[in-house]
Amino acid sequence: MSETLHAVAIEVNGKRREAQVPARLSLVDWLRDELRLTGTHVGCEHGICGACSVMLDGEPVRSCLMYTVQASGHRITTVEGLAGPDGSMSVLQDAFCETHGLQCGYCTPGMLIAAQGLLNSNPSPTEEQIRDAIGGNLCRCTGYQQIVEAVRLAAERMKAK
Amino acid sequence: MKAAPFEYARAASVAEACALLARHGDGAKVIAGGQSLVPMMAMRLVRPAFLVDINEIDSLKFVKIEKDAVRMGACTRQVMVERNDWVAGRVPLLHEALAWVGHVQTRNRGTTGGSLAHADPCAELPLVAQVLGAKMMLRSGKGTRALDAEKFFSGPMSTSIRPDECLEEIHWPVWPERPMGSAFTEIAIRHGDFAIVAAAAQVALDSGGRCTRAAFGLGGVGGTPLAFPKIAAHLLGTKLDDKTIESAASDAAKECDPGSDLHATKEYRRHLAGVLAARALREARERARDAR
Repeated sequence: MSETLHAVAIEVNGKRREAQVPARLSLVDWLRDELRLTGTHVGCEHGICGACSVMLDGEPVRSCLMYTVQASGHRITTVEGLAGPDGSMSVLQDAFCETHGLQCGYCTPGMLIAAQGLLNSNPSPTEEQIRDAIGGNLCRCTGYQQIVEAVRLAAERMKAK
Repeated sequence: MKAAPFEYARAASVAEACALLARHGDGAKVIAGGQSLVPMMAMRLVRPAFLVDINEIDSLKFVKIEKDAVRMGACTRQVMVERNDWVAGRVPLLHEALAWVGHVQTRNRGTTGGSLAHADPCAELPLVAQVLGAKMMLRSGKGTRALDAEKFFSGPMSTSIRPDECLEEIHWPVWPERPMGSAFTEIAIRHGDFAIVAAAAQVALDSGGRCTRAAFGLGGVGGTPLAFPKIAAHLLGTKLDDKTIESAASDAAKECDPGSDLHATKEYRRHLAGVLAARALREARERARDAR
């Protein structure tokens, strides 16, 4: 049985992308398998782990809980979109490296998106607000301490700029 | 963990959504934020043949503050309600409950109407709707009808929405009584997960500190969220001392019929019901006293 294909036009990291997709193709599968933007990780595929977090029109959402067809006409930012145009790391990404905010790295793209979403709306978050913002993202290595530290360091540096 | 194939249409208006639902009948399902439906489809617990997407219908996204009620469109994102200070002032219980609903990423996408229509008996928003007696406005090609929360929730993950109907608006009652206090609390495996048991309470006091209005309820202890209007009526006229509250909470726990699963036995759930109902009522009372 061939599935109906739907035409979509989605802005991904500032670039307009067009495709024909079956309705059941999740956004994360499209980003990874079709666009080869494999920075976004796919973990649980049912909205628990947060590894697949991307920004939809500037707000963090789970890309495993959206079908690609639903993103048509919208703006997506993946972890690849956080770096500068020359590939240089963002303040937040640098802070994760410096504080050892990652070990295996599986949760990192989701953590970065969640933390960047927080810093965009709240440049001086408290520790509680940081923990709340990454509360939907599971990390099995770090124990979260260094991740919280990374977000705090990034917030300080962004303010100093 | 991939959804089975389905047909899809993005509705441009509520009328179009209703027409699609009428045409595709039982196999059709409305998708709003998808934060519950998409995982269920991924696990193939549900297999709708046709999804009617209402995410692009702007007329379903609004919050209107009125004298007796806060009205909101069914597709209003949870985050929009959470950030609305007017809602926090008028329906504080709803505002408090939202902090327990999922995580930032799911509240950015999840909708108030979607949570109600999904009707998980452990979910926060259905409990608040049941406790406050929210009104659900349903639309179909034949017209509109209003359903009280009590009639709306019919069982676990079941509502009285007919296959050709779409939840259009929710009216959350505003209590005019002052001082008034509300509280929401729950026990979950992890903050943001579905509750094992949740409790919500709202009370109003007169100038002498006597209770003039009270409502409370429990989630996770039956097929639908439960409210206890008859037990709450016994609180009226009292000063809501701890003993009165504990007796009401224990009466409520006795009325619950929880089930057992791998997270909690029914005995533990019933125990939590009494503890959490008392905690919510005490907290609501303290907030009402502080507001004097």
